[in-house]
Amino acid sequence: MIVAEQKPLEEIKSMIADARKVLVLGCGTCVTVCFAGGEKEVSILASQLRMATRLDGQEKEIRELTVQRQCEYEYNELAADHVRDADMVISLACGIGVQTMNEQYPEKLTVPGLNTSGLSQPTEQGVWEERCQACGNCVLHLTGGLCPVARCAKSLLNGPCGGSQRGICEVYAERETPCVWDQIYHRLKDLGQLDKLLEIEPAKNWHTSRDGGQRKIVREDLRL
Amino acid sequence: MSDNGYLVGSNLEKALRAGYFVATGELGPPQSADRHEIEHKAQFLKGIVESVNITDNQTAVVRMSSISVAVMLMELGIEPNIQMTCRDRNRIAIQSDLLGAHALGCRNLLCLTGDHQTFGNHPNSKNVHDLDSISLLQVCRDMRDKKVFECGDAIKGQEPRFLLGAAANPFADPFEFRPYRLGKKARAGADFIQTQLIFNVPKFRDYMRRVVDLGFHEETYILAGVGPIKSLGAAKYMATKVPGMEVDPEYITRMQSCTKDLPSLGEIKAMDDPAEAKAARNARKEAAEAEGIKICVEIIDACKEIEGVAGVHIMAIEWEEAVDEIVKTCQLGPKYDPARQPA
Repeated sequence: MIVAEQKPLEEIKSMIADARKVLVLGCGTCVTVCFAGGEKEVSILASQLRMATRLDGQEKEIRELTVQRQCEYEYNELAADHVRDADMVISLACGIGVQTMNEQYPEKLTVPGLNTSGLSQPTEQGVWEERCQACGNCVLHLTGGLCPVARCAKSLLNGPCGGSQRGICEVYAERETPCVWDQIYHRLKDLGQLDKLLEIEPAKNWHTSRDGGQRKIVREDLRL
Repeated sequence: MSDNGYLVGSNLEKALRAGYFVATGELGPPQSADRHEIEHKAQFLKGIVESVNITDNQTAVVRMSSISVAVMLMELGIEPNIQMTCRDRNRIAIQSDLLGAHALGCRNLLCLTGDHQTFGNHPNSKNVHDLDSISLLQVCRDMRDKKVFECGDAIKGQEPRFLLGAAANPFADPFEFRPYRLGKKARAGADFIQTQLIFNVPKFRDYMRRVVDLGFHEETYILAGVGPIKSLGAAKYMATKVPGMEVDPEYITRMQSCTKDLPSLGEIKAMDDPAEAKAARNARKEAAEAEGIKICVEIIDACKEIEGVAGVHIMAIEWEEAVDEIVKTCQLGPKYDPARQPA
């Protein structure tokens, strides 16, 4: 899922400094599941902003709302009245939600309350680990189902560098982050597919990644 | 064009082909635009090693560029071995720089992935890693042997020709995969390999036995990475702080005990006479340096006996003065190898 973390309160406060009426708008999908921008987080941030702006002597009117999916117009239509009444919107959605709101309600500025930080797997309660970088050219069939593009600090495609020790990546040694190439090695060994590691993977085509420019999928079979 | 059947005809290639047990050196460019520092270090390496590696922003610290220092070394009569990492340049910039490097006279190239930028002095920078060390080797080999750029376009005119090198770390994990990775680099185009610093000879011997069993030593020249330890602190640092590095505890003990008959640091601190204290500190330093060089010489001598090792790569960064004594004692290189002296 898309995961995100809330920005520091001070940063959010500075973004809304010139507004008097502010809508905090949550999203009921990914960021709800990762406890960053759902109804509960909207309520907490709204309360914090009410208190903080009161203490600063510039109390703002903070309203709250959470839509089911902020990256789609039809869900955001439910927020139309709230947006109209507000001077500014703080979105607690991922970067897609923030941009959808700005596009859909161009007369009001929607600012980001979250930092969107990856496509991750919740590996234990309160822990999300990045798993995919959406490079548009999947190699998981070559690597035993573990992604070196997202999980290797150098996105290596030809096996572990010299900084892999006792299964830990040197770059994140303090966090004890596993070396994904060590994991790939052991996985392929278990699968009896170590020969795959001997194949030379030539220069990757990054055109399908962001490097080819903003990506767009058009499915003619689905268009109306 | 190659001459006399050589790929590039560099000193390094000629010495390797001739079957000498070669020695290469290393020079770390300055963190400034100061040419004098290079000239100062270069004097200690001139004429005693086949070629000198010039690091490419090693440990991701900004330094003078490898190719520009290579030009200065050539002006000083030293053959450079330029280094190129995948961290800071994409395939466009890499190929462009290598066209220039050939035109400037460089003929040896070490292809590396590069240290991650979080270790350096610009940890907030964006890294590139468009290629990795192995795909970089392929690109460089195809430019040289097929006269094509990575995209497949023909190189019209002079192609960039380099003797291609790669690094190998025999001590990193998964240990059992490391010989295969060396073989993969050889297949991708590595004409020679320079290994990580060796301070665990038995483990390196095990590694080389497997490399030889797999026949990879016949596909590429393998140079064992060696270097003198300057102090007990340096030995401990390498043993505990440098990822992918193994230091035999015996060397730490030796670096410690080599100063045991001399006044301790505590005793020196208590000395009243500053001149006496200075002399005592110097004596400790000299004893440690002598032991460090002795260990390095022993490791080189051990490597000479390991099948499949074609030479040594001596890394004495910030201690270039030590290289002469090492190659002299080991009788290596153009100046000291008895086999290479005119009759």
